[in-house]
Amino acid sequence: MAEVSVTKDAAPAADELVALKNVNKHFGALHVLQDIDLTIDRGEVVVVIGPSGSGKSTLCRAINRLETVESGSITIDGKPLPQEGKELARLRADVGMVFQSFNLFAHKTVLENVMLGQVKVRKVEKAAAEEKARALLDRVGVGTQADKYPAQLSGGQQQRVAIARALAMDPKVMLFDEPTSALDPEMINEVLEVMQQLARDGMTMVVVTHEMGFARSAANRVVFMADGRIVEQATPDEFFSNPRSDRAKDFLSKILHH
Amino acid sequence: MNVLLDNLSLFREGFIGTLELTGASALVAMVLGVIIAGFRVSPVPPLRIFGTLWVTLLRNTPLTLLFLVAFFVVPKVLFPDLDSFLLAVCACGFYTSAFVAEAVRSGINTVPLGQAEAARSIGMTFTQTMRMIVLPQATRTVVPPLSSIFIALTKNTAIAGAFNNVDLFNVSKTLSNDGYDIAVIFLWITLAYLIVTYAINGLFRLLEHRLEVAR
Ligand SMILES: Nc1ncnc2c1ncn2[C@@H]1O[C@H](COP(=O)(O)OP(=O)(O)O)[C@@H](O)[C@H]1O
Ligand SMILES: [Mg+2]
Repeated sequence: MAEVSVTKDAAPAADELVALKNVNKHFGALHVLQDIDLTIDRGEVVVVIGPSGSGKSTLCRAINRLETVESGSITIDGKPLPQEGKELARLRADVGMVFQSFNLFAHKTVLENVMLGQVKVRKVEKAAAEEKARALLDRVGVGTQADKYPAQLSGGQQQRVAIARALAMDPKVMLFDEPTSALDPEMINEVLEVMQQLARDGMTMVVVTHEMGFARSAANRVVFMADGRIVEQATPDEFFSNPRSDRAKDFLSKILHH
Repeated sequence: MNVLLDNLSLFREGFIGTLELTGASALVAMVLGVIIAGFRVSPVPPLRIFGTLWVTLLRNTPLTLLFLVAFFVVPKVLFPDLDSFLLAVCACGFYTSAFVAEAVRSGINTVPLGQAEAARSIGMTFTQTMRMIVLPQATRTVVPPLSSIFIALTKNTAIAGAFNNVDLFNVSKTLSNDGYDIAVIFLWITLAYLIVTYAINGLFRLLEHRLEVAR
């Protein structure tokens, strides 16, 4: 796996796909994102890790503006996030998002879930959209479930459909917010395998997860967050074997003893 | 002499008048109500404010007052030539739209936030998200309160009868002026209203049942 330089200015600017500069956000009195600087290069897989409440979800959601930020800039492929409206919708189509709770459209079949965005947002012909949807469902291993409703599927299957739904938009980058945290243990791997394959195929990914196996095998970089700050960034090997900050050492000792 | 048989055509006219007023007002209320509910959950602050104002103003004004405004202020200040049916439909429709909007909004609130977030995250606009994802899932919770709202509307159209519209209430006024026994008139008029409200009730029961089966 390619070593990725952690120094911010090392990567050529042309390869920056997502760039957050000096981003701040409050929830009331809580300073949930504090001076966040983070760049993600094309094809890079970044795992975000940190204690609960440290702002990982908020960071993830800020990247496609499901949360607004108060200051700083967020750019995707060189374009700053626009204000709410058509422009923003267009940009969001380029940023896939996978949620902890799947959020499949409950009143639509699995196939419709994966077709809807293609047809309504990308304006793809129905037949072409269906073909692509079926191919994607096969790719994530739920092709036989196409005509079922989300509630009829297991959590692992639902999450794989959610990944297919996001992929159907041909996103430039995929955001995963704890995609396996709501799953029963035996279903975690089937989802991680799909994600690992995606990483191998060169997808740019931001993954909030505590799955260290995934981080070690698929991530180019681990970003450790605590209390709304990025405390440490390193390659997975460096981070897990030799964390520099006390916060990271403390956190790792807690999750490793489980 | 029999009130009903002697005046069958007048009764029919009144019955149809009430039906037309109710139907047209319900349509106006439904369309406006959904739009206003959309405004109230929209990401655009001016629309939210407009929606809130609309609901607050119309829900808290006595309908009779709205009729007075519609029939005496609107023709003088804005449109002099609107006919009384149109004015009545506007008054009833606008008034009821505030209640519909609140029912729809509470339905929207029962749909998990994640549904709308997922829709937005694949690039759907606010209107697409509402129309294709949120409203269809809100329908089941919105239908039962809508039934009550439209029954109330049916009865509220009686006020239009006091403002130059031929409806059941207007007919009862005419007949009592003609000297018929008021108790008997009211009996028949009440029965006619019951037919309309009962039909609405049945219609919504059917709708509820079909939505349950669809799950
Ligand atoms: N919509 C919200 N309103 C108020 N506080 C919030 C909201 N969302 C998250 N928070 C708070 O912000 C902090 C960071 O949340 P989050 O980004 O979800 O953390 P993480 O994903 O790392 O667990 C938490 O303390 C949480 O309670
Ligand atoms: Mg979280």
